[in-house]
Amino acid sequence: MTHSVEVRGLGKAYKHYPSQWSRLAEWLLPFGGPRHQPTWVLKDIDFSVEPGEALGIVGFNGAGKSTLLRIITGTTRPTEGEVRLGGRVAALLELGMGFHAEFTGRQNVVLSGQLLGLGREEIAELLPAIEDFAEIGSYFDEPLRTYSSGMAMRLAFSLATARRPEVLIVDEALSVGDAYFQHKSFSRIREFREQGTTLLIVSHDRLSIQALCDRAILLHEGRLLRQGEPEVVMDFYHALMADRTFAHIRQELNAQGAVQTTSGTGEATIVAVTLANAEGRTSDAGRVGEEVELAVRFRAHVDLPSLVVGLMIKDRLGHEMFGINSHRLGIPIEKLAAGTEYVFRLRFVMTLGEGHYSVTTALTRSDAHVDRTYEWRDRALIFYAINVDKPRFVGCNWLAPQAALELIDAPQGVSS
Amino acid sequence: MLTQLYRAAWRSRGFIASSVRREFRARYLNSLLGAAWAVINPLAMVAVYLVIFARLMQARLPGESDTFDYGVYLCAGLLSWGLFSEIVQRSIGVFLEHANLIKKMNFPRICLPLIVLFNAGLNFAIIYALFLVMLLVTGHFPGVYLLALLPVLAILCAFALGLGILVGVFNVFFRDAGQFFGILLQFWFWFTPIVYPLAILPPEAAGIVAANPMTALMAALQTIALGRGWPDWSALASPALCALGALGLALLLFRRRADEIVDEL
Repeated sequence: MTHSVEVRGLGKAYKHYPSQWSRLAEWLLPFGGPRHQPTWVLKDIDFSVEPGEALGIVGFNGAGKSTLLRIITGTTRPTEGEVRLGGRVAALLELGMGFHAEFTGRQNVVLSGQLLGLGREEIAELLPAIEDFAEIGSYFDEPLRTYSSGMAMRLAFSLATARRPEVLIVDEALSVGDAYFQHKSFSRIREFREQGTTLLIVSHDRLSIQALCDRAILLHEGRLLRQGEPEVVMDFYHALMADRTFAHIRQELNAQGAVQTTSGTGEATIVAVTLANAEGRTSDAGRVGEEVELAVRFRAHVDLPSLVVGLMIKDRLGHEMFGINSHRLGIPIEKLAAGTEYVFRLRFVMTLGEGHYSVTTALTRSDAHVDRTYEWRDRALIFYAINVDKPRFVGCNWLAPQAALELIDAPQGVSS
Repeated sequence: MLTQLYRAAWRSRGFIASSVRREFRARYLNSLLGAAWAVINPLAMVAVYLVIFARLMQARLPGESDTFDYGVYLCAGLLSWGLFSEIVQRSIGVFLEHANLIKKMNFPRICLPLIVLFNAGLNFAIIYALFLVMLLVTGHFPGVYLLALLPVLAILCAFALGLGILVGVFNVFFRDAGQFFGILLQFWFWFTPIVYPLAILPPEAAGIVAANPMTALMAALQTIALGRGWPDWSALASPALCALGALGLALLLFRRRADEIVDEL
């Protein structure tokens, strides 16, 4: 299969001159040689995306995301390496760029369309559809300065997506107008994807990356730090957030074969996290409505003044289902001697809906995660909630309902 | 490689045309008289030169008895210098002016100076047409010699565009270029026979002024407007060469630095 986006050995360096004079010297003196230092903002970036695939691009501010996207859209040229594209690229990053406040929506669509590389006839052809999709009514022929910002965004979005591109770059934080139009625009994006458009999604948000993307890449200081399954990349990203130097971040396969991400100082660590069902048998599945027990075995490696055990249960997409810690449950753990091991048990009724869930554990000095983290472990355990004896239901919660039917009133002539 | 630039510009002709139209319209938007201002302004200017300078102040060209001739001479020079300096000055600033667009959108950047060129050309066409109408009304219409206007103006525009892009690219990296060229243009104006005829200069100064490529261009334009015959074609060789040189150098520099412009802005 030919790739939709192929990035090979990509690097981008900005020229850094010690002064403006040295730039002038480099320009004008023919044999002076270079007088600048390259500052690499992207280096050795390699990845490819298939048609119809959605790739999440994550990273802190300044990690090089925008530069990478600008190279893909062709706005900036790379210093080394290349980008090969399977077709037209559209970016929903700079919506409304080139709009002029004094002109009508219609006039702006024509001019901006040409800026996007569409021909006059093509625009004339697309114009009714653009007007239709934007749903701004008679404002279409009013000057743009009379628009609300939401209306301008509607127009810009309709224009940018008037034709299906091969590659669509979306900022996840993209907010196009009100909730109604938001839905409308996302369903258009979804349609495009079904028809084979590749999506590149920039985001900081775990939920949308995991919900939307097939794969993710993590950029850090201009390098491609991780690529792979969205969950794994996002776990690493979150660990990176707490530990920018990633000195203590490890990703390894756990006993269940899932990649788990660990970070923290390591002064105390998890030995094992297990789930036991009502019969006390260790299992990776619990029945909906059954009482289960989560056991967290941990060990202090040095003398510690205090420790808080935190647990978070997340669903497949990373939505937080339930989280709590030992401090809030009123269980103080203090004056831990080096080498001691504890087990923290949490009994609860499995009221979760069917599906698989992950458990994140945290061993911290106090209630606040930021204070000092001994160990943070994403996906310490994966377990399943299975529905064996309850009626089939949808949603993430089993509310243990009591149902009843009562007759209130009956029309004349109908006897019960 | 130059054909590549040319092709990119040709493909964007629709965008260029719309931008020129938009810029023109934007200037008179929300005014009651609208595009009438596009006529009233230059009309006032031409009237000032023709009537005030020539009629009221009785300024005249040496060896001419008709005072109207000085007005025509003045207009021919000032209007075309206006075209020249508008193209140069706006091209110098055009990359900085559209920094945001250049940084964020992928489009042929060579369009920007071309939009400047056509805009200046449009303004010039309006004002020059009015000027010709005045000449027609007063019985000084130059007639068939006007055909010579096209090649002469082509040289002038090419020269202006070349200089504008050249300095414009430099200006992105060294803002001094724009400042410096602004001053240079003022001196250049007074070193070109526009408000005065070449003949009144002392010989030492006349030598320097004659070496100025704009002198021959202006002389040609003045000759045409005064209806004194065809311009001295051989004298136009040096401005034509200058224009070609400037344009060639400008496009070369633009090609080499286009990517860096995006990084620098």
